Amino acid sequence: MRKLLEKLDRVDRRVIYVLMALSVFVPLVFRLDFPIPVGGGPSRDLFEYVDSLPPGSTVLISYDYDPSTMPELQPMAVALTQHLFTNGHRIIATALWPQGASLSQEVLSSVGDSLGRTQYSDWVNLGYTVGAGVSVLRMGSSMQAVYPQDRDGVPYDSIPMLRRVTVIRDLDMIVCLSAGDPGIHAWVMMAGDRYGVPVGGGCTAVSAPEFYPYLGTGQMIGLLGGLKGAADYETLVREGAVGCPPGTATPGMAAQSIAHLVIMGFIVLGNITYLSVGKGRKGASR
Amino acid sequence: MRLVLPLIVTFICGMLMILQFFIPHRPFSLLGEELSDWYMIVASAAIFLGVVNLVQVHLMKISQRAKNWQYSPVVLLGFFVMTAAGAVWGVEEGRPFDYMFQNMVVPMGATMFSLLAFFVASAAFRAFRSSNWRATLLLLSAFIVMLGRVPIGDMIWRLFPGAASGAHPNLVSEVAEWLMQVPNMAGQRAVMIGAALGVVATSLRMIFGIERSYLGGAE
Repeated sequence: MRKLLEKLDRVDRRVIYVLMALSVFVPLVFRLDFPIPVGGGPSRDLFEYVDSLPPGSTVLISYDYDPSTMPELQPMAVALTQHLFTNGHRIIATALWPQGASLSQEVLSSVGDSLGRTQYSDWVNLGYTVGAGVSVLRMGSSMQAVYPQDRDGVPYDSIPMLRRVTVIRDLDMIVCLSAGDPGIHAWVMMAGDRYGVPVGGGCTAVSAPEFYPYLGTGQMIGLLGGLKGAADYETLVREGAVGCPPGTATPGMAAQSIAHLVIMGFIVLGNITYLSVGKGRKGASR
Repeated sequence: MRLVLPLIVTFICGMLMILQFFIPHRPFSLLGEELSDWYMIVASAAIFLGVVNLVQVHLMKISQRAKNWQYSPVVLLGFFVMTAAGAVWGVEEGRPFDYMFQNMVVPMGATMFSLLAFFVASAAFRAFRSSNWRATLLLLSAFIVMLGRVPIGDMIWRLFPGAASGAHPNLVSEVAEWLMQVPNMAGQRAVMIGAALGVVATSLRMIFGIERSYLGGAE
């Protein structure tokens, strides 16, 4: 038994990698479908707030992420865009991260086309701006000063849906999808706290804990944390709207479930060997 | 003078930004807007500095045949091809820049981040040990949150007799959410308040010229 435990303690990392790959690969290939129960947490708070906006509201979505965190954040963007468009709202897309501008274009054009929404009437992509929190602060006095033209070079004042949006207070809501800094902190501190615009957010699972104080104080109206948050939102949108195509977060939850179990299994195994084989070898590198 | 001038600029800009926050009327509001515009211009210029630095560093690596220099031509090629594609044909949908972004940058970026899953699994096996009661507490919390953040946690819980029909069929995710909303929030709030006080103190030190390390370590 002890020999077996010693062998397990020295397990090659490639074995872990293979099991990890299988735990993700198999549920995706065999399309395992796990039900997503959505409780009364921050995901539902965000959904209900968006649902309560009067038709024709203007919502700014800031795409503050890049392709590396896209698997978690892009499904949120798609579900949120579907929800806003089906409820008859307009979307202004911005980005504090350079690559967010291209990612937002993909979401808005694909979801917009599928739901019959048109650029410049129902949505506009203002693109990337430098300056992070300072640019958000500047939007408080003039949106046009920060974005004299949209991503495609069309002047701000010639875009029909922007005529009634001159400063950040003209927005009905802001949702920041953030993979780090600059992101949610900037929007909460500058747009939410200073100008009183309701701010919601979405972030990677690993960064979700740091935004909970904003939920507790009411500085944020809701938060989508990681793929779970995206799957929650997809589930809620699909419950309320007929004809919305399925997203990628819900099937991803099966893979994430199995992957979590595999990681937990390895942690348990690691602790069994640690306690049995001896604490003296805990720091030994293999 | 080389030291005094930056200190004066920092003092004036810092004071103006503080004043425009507490007195949001002219002339302070206008000065605040003007400084914000300047900041964005300076930040844009910093991007060009970054580009120059990137090219310099990689050209140097190639010329000196430094460690892993073989990757540097790829970096430079990727940079110049993307820049040229964006400058010549624009960045709109369907253009070469967009095609390369969607079909090369996006999958490569996602792949790099996805590798984390493998390292996390391996590192958790090697290092996440219940060596004392604090580590054990952390381990238990991590288990609950890991199970509560995925649907399989509640599915396992509902396998227990009476759990599915009981008052808390989603007990695992409820406990995970409680951990996030109570102990986590308390800790994060402490961190946030501490960091904010640190930012205020450091900013004041910089505005009043006490902290000068940002000038390059001059005394």
